[in-house]
Amino acid sequence: MNFPILSTLIFLPLLSSLFIFLSKDKKNNFSSIYISLFSSIATFLLSLFLWYSLDVNTADFQFVEEKSWINNFIKFKLGVDGISILFIVLTTFITPICIISCINSVKERVKEFLIAILVLETFMIGVFCSLDLVIFYLFFEGGLIPMFLIIGVWGGSRRVYSAFKFFLFTLLGSVLMLVAIIVIYWLTGTTDIIQIYEIKIPKEYQNLLWLAFLSSFAVKMPMWPVHTWLPDAHVEAPTAGSVILAAILLKMAGYGFLRFSIPMFPLASEFFTPLIYSLSIIAIIYTSLVALMQDDMKKLIAYSSVAHMGYVTLGIFTLTKQGIEGSIFQMISHGLISAALFLCVGVVYDRLHSRLISTYGGLVNYLPKYSFLFLVFALAALGLPGTTGFLGEFLILTGTFQKSYLVAMLATLGVVLGATYMLWLTKRVIFGVTKNSEIETLSDVNKSEIIMLATLAFFVIFFGFYPAPLMETFSVSVNSLIDNYQLALNTR
Amino acid sequence: MINNLNILLPEIFLSLSTFAILMLGVFIKKSFNIIFNLTSLILILTIAIILNNPNHEEKIFLDSFIRDAFSNYFKILILISSLFVLNSSKNFIIENTLDKFEYPIIILLSILGMFFMVSANDLILFYLGLELQSLSLYILASIDRDNLRSSEAGIKYFVLSALSSGLLLYGCSLLYGFTGSTNFDLIANQLNKENVGAVFAMVFILVGLAFKISAVPFHMWTPDVYEGAPTSITNYFAVVPKVAGLALLIKFMLIPFSNILLEWQTIIIFISIASMILGAVAAIVQKNIKRLLAYSSIGHIGYALAGVATGAISGYESAIIYISIYVIMNIGAFSCLYLLKKDGQYKEDISDLSGISKKHPLLAISFLIILFSLAGVPPLGGFFAKFYVFTSVLEQKMYALAIIGLLTTVISAFYYLKIIKTIYFDDSVITFESVKNKTAQVSIFLSCSILLTFFLYPSILNNLVNSLFVS
Repeated sequence: MNFPILSTLIFLPLLSSLFIFLSKDKKNNFSSIYISLFSSIATFLLSLFLWYSLDVNTADFQFVEEKSWINNFIKFKLGVDGISILFIVLTTFITPICIISCINSVKERVKEFLIAILVLETFMIGVFCSLDLVIFYLFFEGGLIPMFLIIGVWGGSRRVYSAFKFFLFTLLGSVLMLVAIIVIYWLTGTTDIIQIYEIKIPKEYQNLLWLAFLSSFAVKMPMWPVHTWLPDAHVEAPTAGSVILAAILLKMAGYGFLRFSIPMFPLASEFFTPLIYSLSIIAIIYTSLVALMQDDMKKLIAYSSVAHMGYVTLGIFTLTKQGIEGSIFQMISHGLISAALFLCVGVVYDRLHSRLISTYGGLVNYLPKYSFLFLVFALAALGLPGTTGFLGEFLILTGTFQKSYLVAMLATLGVVLGATYMLWLTKRVIFGVTKNSEIETLSDVNKSEIIMLATLAFFVIFFGFYPAPLMETFSVSVNSLIDNYQLALNTR
Repeated sequence: MINNLNILLPEIFLSLSTFAILMLGVFIKKSFNIIFNLTSLILILTIAIILNNPNHEEKIFLDSFIRDAFSNYFKILILISSLFVLNSSKNFIIENTLDKFEYPIIILLSILGMFFMVSANDLILFYLGLELQSLSLYILASIDRDNLRSSEAGIKYFVLSALSSGLLLYGCSLLYGFTGSTNFDLIANQLNKENVGAVFAMVFILVGLAFKISAVPFHMWTPDVYEGAPTSITNYFAVVPKVAGLALLIKFMLIPFSNILLEWQTIIIFISIASMILGAVAAIVQKNIKRLLAYSSIGHIGYALAGVATGAISGYESAIIYISIYVIMNIGAFSCLYLLKKDGQYKEDISDLSGISKKHPLLAISFLIILFSLAGVPPLGGFFAKFYVFTSVLEQKMYALAIIGLLTTVISAFYYLKIIKTIYFDDSVITFESVKNKTAQVSIFLSCSILLTFFLYPSILNNLVNSLFVS
């Protein structure tokens, strides 16, 4: 493969954002919206082609591109395997949806908003493609700039506080990872991930390096107790920002655990498993309880995200085939479902400018289509069989039962709590009595909203019944991940 | 002897042409424009002369003057940054009636002083260069002599700097007393750990140098002088003397003090950590942009010193890369200030920046890029500067220094974000005039495009700096 398909994928959104930046479009922003929509759909198709042409029967990295970057030091290295390709497709799939959503929700500085989204897409794809620690860090951190602006410029009333909290929390977590990356370079003489996999990192360094990586991933994930930036960021961010944050940015950390923490530090991963279990269980139960008490819809969904991410970390560190597969599946599924839920909140927010649950009630009488879609996603979020949400949680719990009954029982408790807050939310928003007379005047979902939500609903149900396309993609890679992990444990 | 004079050609050319245009200035009335343009020409010609000069190491005048790749690199950096600083501030100088013909001439003289600083291989020559530079800077700080704050800045700078020069000179004399020579190479041969007096001398010299590059705890003058002096002068202060001072510091570690590196290192580590912390914390509460940039420059010197503190060639290289990128960022940041004009007044308060993103989107996005780069957020140039420094720090296994340094970057990110917040998130209070200042705009454009595209070919600067230490 001579054509640099991954670089094209990464830099296509950046190039189109440059195009938008240079285009003059004073009256309405149609041309910017069309350019960005066109380019993001082109990126999506390209990533689908990538998925199609990926050989899923090998765990090796494919489409590898290598270029010397800093002499004798760092190579610009890209590549994908069965795990990362799904995240790339998720990213390229969510981005056009965000662009469509901003037609309704973003009223001012549309051009700049689109530029920020496209630049962010470049960074996100870069994170999932990079096969070099420094390149990964570059993309991982670079995404902060557009996201900071998206929250700060287009956000709600407390946007400044939330944007700062988001930026500083993430940066603080990441600088320790940078230290770890440089230390790894001096230990192994390379930052190339494939080479580091083969060179075993000395045992005495593993624990500290693992913790340094955790500090970054825990914030990004977010894990309890450093999750507090997430509800703030979600509440204040504009709809498209919340969608990207929930659907993709949170997945970077889970991906990071799979790509870096476990293969590079297998001994430390085993050593710290109890820590991750406890943090995950606290996240699942505690944040579910917190979610129950929220009166702001976005905050409720944000806390539910923390709980769902708790399942992901739990599943990853069971280090069983079911657990890890369930986690990857849960991440993809959460990417679709939480994106959809935030879009749903955005739909009513655009009309009534309120996120409070108490404003709504009885929507089903006036917005039937909307209520149906909302119900689908709420049920998917609580893990109803037949939706993707069920499969992810089921696999994670299966994996956990192999390791520890107690942890698995506690995690199952979270499923019940999840159903509680989701159903209660649905009851209060969709059903019940219409207290607010303004609701009677609301219009049902319009064409662009239907397109976004129906597409998401289709995939949530389709993959819920037929998960094979996803499972087959990452199955071999997950197997080799676990084999290498076991091998490292046995040969210590 | 005469054959060797071509080694000194840049200095000879610079000094002769400076005196020539000084005469021109004395005899022609209203000569600011001519002198200014001639100054730019002289700077460009000097760059050309240095580029034509071979890079291999040569010493003349009893080995007191050295010309090598290291000094040539710094000379070119000094010349280019002076060229940009001068030209982008030209409108500012004229509008604030600072257009005295002495202005560019004094700058040329200070550059001449810095040339001798970076080329010195002898205590006496180094001190002469340093004093020529300092004397020029005193005058520059108070060049707006009818303005109370500018005069105050000049006097304050003069008193404190004279004190530090005294300490430095005392250190030099001690060093001469204990080693019996003023030549760097000979001093290096004589020095060892047992020579307690020489260690003593080193501390004095270090104090003097730390003062010149405004490292904590000798930074007290910086915020006041930066705020009091006219912006064009502050711009010059923030960029050019720092380059020369850092070059001198590295030179001292490379040659005369190479045998007592451990003693010297401990002090630099302390200065570096203190500068990073103070620069980050004290800048948070500042309301004036120039004052804020003063503290930020203290912090940045701290990072560059972290590279120097490693005591290894790779560390010096990273410090040189750091200071080079710092120069680019600061030229851009100050050039933005030349475009913020309202009713003929240049604004300096951070709150004045509110909402410029709506009225001047291009200026706002350039400022954004420069500020994120100053904060060291990837993938901008500022990140690579920090990355190289901490890579070399960790190579020496100085974990504490690296972790403290990186944590202070998070703190300092806060105040850069605060400016970005004012620019982008707040509603506009005042509307700035659209200033036509082509040179400042070109500087901003160049600075931003270098910072933005640095990640494409980071090894250009790397290779260049590596080559300085090959011989």
